[in-house]
Amino acid sequence: MRYLFRTNYNQDLSLARHGGDYFWYGLLLVTMLVIPLLMGEFYVGELGGVFIFAIAGVGLMLLVGYTGLISLGHAAFLGIGAYVNSVLLAQGVPFVITLPVAGLFTAACGAAIGLPTLRMSGLYLAIATLAFGSIVGTVFQKWSSVTGGFDGFAVPTPTIFGVGLDGATGIYYVSLAVLIFVLWVTANILRSPMGRAMVAIRDSEVSAQSMGIHLARYKAMAFAISAGMTGLAGGLFAHYVRFLAPDAFDVLLSVQFVTIVFVGGLGSVQGAIFGALFVRLLPQFIAIVRDDLPFGIGRMPGLEPSLFGLVLVLVILFQPGGINGIWQKIKHWFTAFPFKRQTSSRRQKSYAKSERLR
Amino acid sequence: MSLFQADQIAVRFGGIRAVDDVTFHVEQGEVFSIIGPNGAGKTTIFNLISRIYNSTSGTLTFDGQDFTKMPPWQVAGIGIARTFQNIELFPNASLLQNLLIGRHAHSRVGLLSQLAFLPSNRRAELRHREKAEEVIAFLGLQRHRDTLIANLPYGVRKVVELGRALCIEPKLLLLDEPSSGLNVEETEGMGFWIEDIKKDLGITVIMVEHDMALVNQVSDRVMALNYGKVLAMGTPREVQTHPEVVKAYLGGELEDVA
Repeated sequence: MRYLFRTNYNQDLSLARHGGDYFWYGLLLVTMLVIPLLMGEFYVGELGGVFIFAIAGVGLMLLVGYTGLISLGHAAFLGIGAYVNSVLLAQGVPFVITLPVAGLFTAACGAAIGLPTLRMSGLYLAIATLAFGSIVGTVFQKWSSVTGGFDGFAVPTPTIFGVGLDGATGIYYVSLAVLIFVLWVTANILRSPMGRAMVAIRDSEVSAQSMGIHLARYKAMAFAISAGMTGLAGGLFAHYVRFLAPDAFDVLLSVQFVTIVFVGGLGSVQGAIFGALFVRLLPQFIAIVRDDLPFGIGRMPGLEPSLFGLVLVLVILFQPGGINGIWQKIKHWFTAFPFKRQTSSRRQKSYAKSERLR
Repeated sequence: MSLFQADQIAVRFGGIRAVDDVTFHVEQGEVFSIIGPNGAGKTTIFNLISRIYNSTSGTLTFDGQDFTKMPPWQVAGIGIARTFQNIELFPNASLLQNLLIGRHAHSRVGLLSQLAFLPSNRRAELRHREKAEEVIAFLGLQRHRDTLIANLPYGVRKVVELGRALCIEPKLLLLDEPSSGLNVEETEGMGFWIEDIKKDLGITVIMVEHDMALVNQVSDRVMALNYGKVLAMGTPREVQTHPEVVKAYLGGELEDVA
């Protein structure tokens, strides 16, 4: 058993709860730093892809998991970030400027889409963001003087202070740095008034309002920050795929992002990372076992999307906490050892439902 | 000059006059109760004061300031806090976080300072935490501090909602049926807290309540409503013996009620 003795309010504001956190997060960081030295180019590239999806996942988690707003248009934000970054790079602007600009520009787009959709929620918001995604996709196709249209767009090799990032390793390290930055900003938001306002909006809008929270302002801000993080991921994604084609940013990609958030575990930042691991590694896993599956299942078309769908449904039905929920239960088993009880993770039913004021 | 003044406020839902030209005032430091049968318009008056509904006529004045047209999110900032009839806490946040959300009206830290968690934000957070801890100590909620609201029993949630409203450091506190769903003992406890809030914290209270024992225990003045109209106003005893009020509760000739 571990008991946390708190003697100072600063302890609750600290990013690590106890010494153990410093040790494990430090170990994780060192492992991530040395992996490119130990593993092949392919694995480094794939892990870099996980980082990029984790950045977008954390951004979407702020919107869906913490503010309670759904978005089916995040692939468009990824695309905007990717094109802004690449087009600026092609103009000769250095990478250390294009990437932040991609993030900021996408954040502005997020605020612009956030403002008119503020009055919507649930299904209506999902449809509005879906429409936004398909509009942006069409712009990528038709505005061929800038995006190259269906011919695609070869992304220039980025350089940071004279060092060319042509291999997978370079993008791996930049993605890791951006992921750490995004996680740090997210942690700061969540322990500040803004993060609490988001949670308040998610749980009860009417009561958030009477606490002095300006709903429109915080919803637009959540949209902007979420889009900005996804835009950063987009800038990196351009270098990950190296060749931008408009059909890469379609609805299926948006659904993958939503899968990250739900399978990872709604309302937890760790969940976004677990979800990104799942979404990026499942296709690789399928590719490995494809030939060994019986009855030719491996050669059936649509195996991958249907597996994604199946897992999403199963998670929503049986494990609403997602992978993070499983992880928390395992952790609880160890910290409470040997006092784990059957009932400690049973879901509680609440019968005191309130008639919300709409 | 009264702390709070409602002058001929009215609201209509379709053809129904939910609140019909209601005028009342509340003095600094008193507990003012609103009673009436179901559907009398009590909660609607609260929703008018917290600006969730727009008054079709009349004015609302608080502390010398006309706030009839103020957007709802600014109401907490001028010092009016409220609780809800059916508890509107944030169920997937801890008790402490709920209280800290109550501090929102007092947060003045800029966006950049929050994103980077600059020292100014840390100092503000520590101040909010101190205030929240004061409220926790006042209401004796220490052992539930880190519990999710969803895992708390109903009676405790009712107290947490009161605490969240106190974190706003209001001058005027609107309590919508503070005793609903509570047992006799818990209702009595709620009564003591309302008295403490009035005496120790000096906060003026407007309360909507059905439990007459609680109303008698804490109220300085009572207003009785029916069909959106004021039936009687005065001390608890005067109002409860008023013939119109007795008729509204126990029934009488239909034309007498209307």
